[in-house]
Amino acid sequence: MAHFHPPRISWRALSVWRRNFLVWRKFAIPSVLGNLADPMIYMFGLGYGLGGLLSGSLTQFGGSYIAFLAAGTVCASTMNAASFEALYSGFSRMHVQRTWEAILNAPVSLDDVVLGELLWSAAKATLSGVAILIVVALLGLTKSPLALWVIPAIFLTGLTFSALGLIVTALAPSYDFFMYYFTLFITPMTLLSGVFFPLEQLPAGFQAAAQALPLTHAVAVIRPLMFGHLPSAPWLHLAILAAIAVTAFWLALGLTRRRLLS
Amino acid sequence: MAPLEIHDLHKSYGGREVVAGISFTIGKGECFGLLGPNGAGKTTTLRCCLGLTAPDAGSITLVGEPIPARAREARARIGVVPQFDNLDPDFTTTENLQVFGRYFGIDHATIRARIPRLLEFAGLVGKADANIKTLSGGMKRRLTLARALINDPDLLVLDEPTTGLDPQARHLIWDRLRGLLDEGKTILLTTHFMEEAERLCHRLAIMDDGRFISEGEPQRLIEEHVPPSPAGLRPANLEDVFLKLTGRELRD
Repeated sequence: MAHFHPPRISWRALSVWRRNFLVWRKFAIPSVLGNLADPMIYMFGLGYGLGGLLSGSLTQFGGSYIAFLAAGTVCASTMNAASFEALYSGFSRMHVQRTWEAILNAPVSLDDVVLGELLWSAAKATLSGVAILIVVALLGLTKSPLALWVIPAIFLTGLTFSALGLIVTALAPSYDFFMYYFTLFITPMTLLSGVFFPLEQLPAGFQAAAQALPLTHAVAVIRPLMFGHLPSAPWLHLAILAAIAVTAFWLALGLTRRRLLS
Repeated sequence: MAPLEIHDLHKSYGGREVVAGISFTIGKGECFGLLGPNGAGKTTTLRCCLGLTAPDAGSITLVGEPIPARAREARARIGVVPQFDNLDPDFTTTENLQVFGRYFGIDHATIRARIPRLLEFAGLVGKADANIKTLSGGMKRRLTLARALINDPDLLVLDEPTTGLDPQARHLIWDRLRGLLDEGKTILLTTHFMEEAERLCHRLAIMDDGRFISEGEPQRLIEEHVPPSPAGLRPANLEDVFLKLTGRELRD
């Protein structure tokens, strides 16, 4: 338990963030396009394909399935971008390239490194979510100025899933390990959190279980804002996301310290 | 003030004592070598010194700072060449130096001013904008050494700096390290090349099973442990001392 003391962080965390940003800048355009392509294909494919079958059944959302799905896509895509960065890229820097090991020889603590990675991964996830938000707005699928409040909510969602991802990275023996996280956690969550269809479609037991999933709370805040309504109990949803982010970061930090500083 | 003072250091992993009560002091301008077979506890000793793992007992003072309590402050004045290559493969030679300097909080202008000299020192002027993946093993080691000098450190810590290099590359590193000693830098190095220790170290300790089994100047260790060879045979060297003290059986 000695490794689970509170974080001791400094501004040097930003030099770790900056290192990742400088690498990203070299491949920025393909990276952004890559992050956009996959969710857009799903959104248009399902949105127009299924949307035709569903017209009229989603009256509270203006009857447009693609607009409904667009809000879910912003959330799911933020989650995916955060998870990929914290898992695959984080593991590569921690384990394969030994980048963290090099940084630790400088006057930067492991707490700074993990915080820098968290903030970087959340920033990249925000970029991914906001890129979709912009496309959705350009298509006229969201029109309300309230949608601007989606941006901080995306950042918080990015922090939450980055922190959760860093726990898995701290425990991973190899890249193969991440498949379990995606198959057992991320994929079921995407289906149970109201991304593709309203939660009310699920049996009561699943609806209750969905309240324990962070993505549910991200969707509960972001979708109403994109439709120009105020969400019900927004602070409760945001507080849950923040609480998960803080707890997950603390756990990820302790596990990473145990892995690298023993 | 001695750049490094260690007193009665202990560290165990899973009930096995990897470092079992070692003490030493390195004076300013001195090159101190830790020699030992694989698993002797050399790297663990270095990790304790840098505050990367907490010792079970004992005290460490690095450039005047207590370790691990003020390890971050101490590391600001240390340069490290790790055993395994960890240059940043996403950056060029120059970018590696720039980005690493920022971890020390050194401002951009100071880093920029230091880079040409470091590239020259490492013999990498022609490779300033090269991708790291295109550098040879010797070039990478020289760049790692240059990177360790970005903060103009008081003490250099080198963990097996020439392992895996060919003789030409190794001699070039030795030449650079001797240059640094001439400039008054202090060096702590681990090695299992006896020639490296003999050429560079003012003092060294032979380490096995977490303990120092002998310590002193290289020439004195040879005289002490190996009887003078009869005329016609090759003179004794440090390798004879090492094998006599640590045995001939394989360690891993």
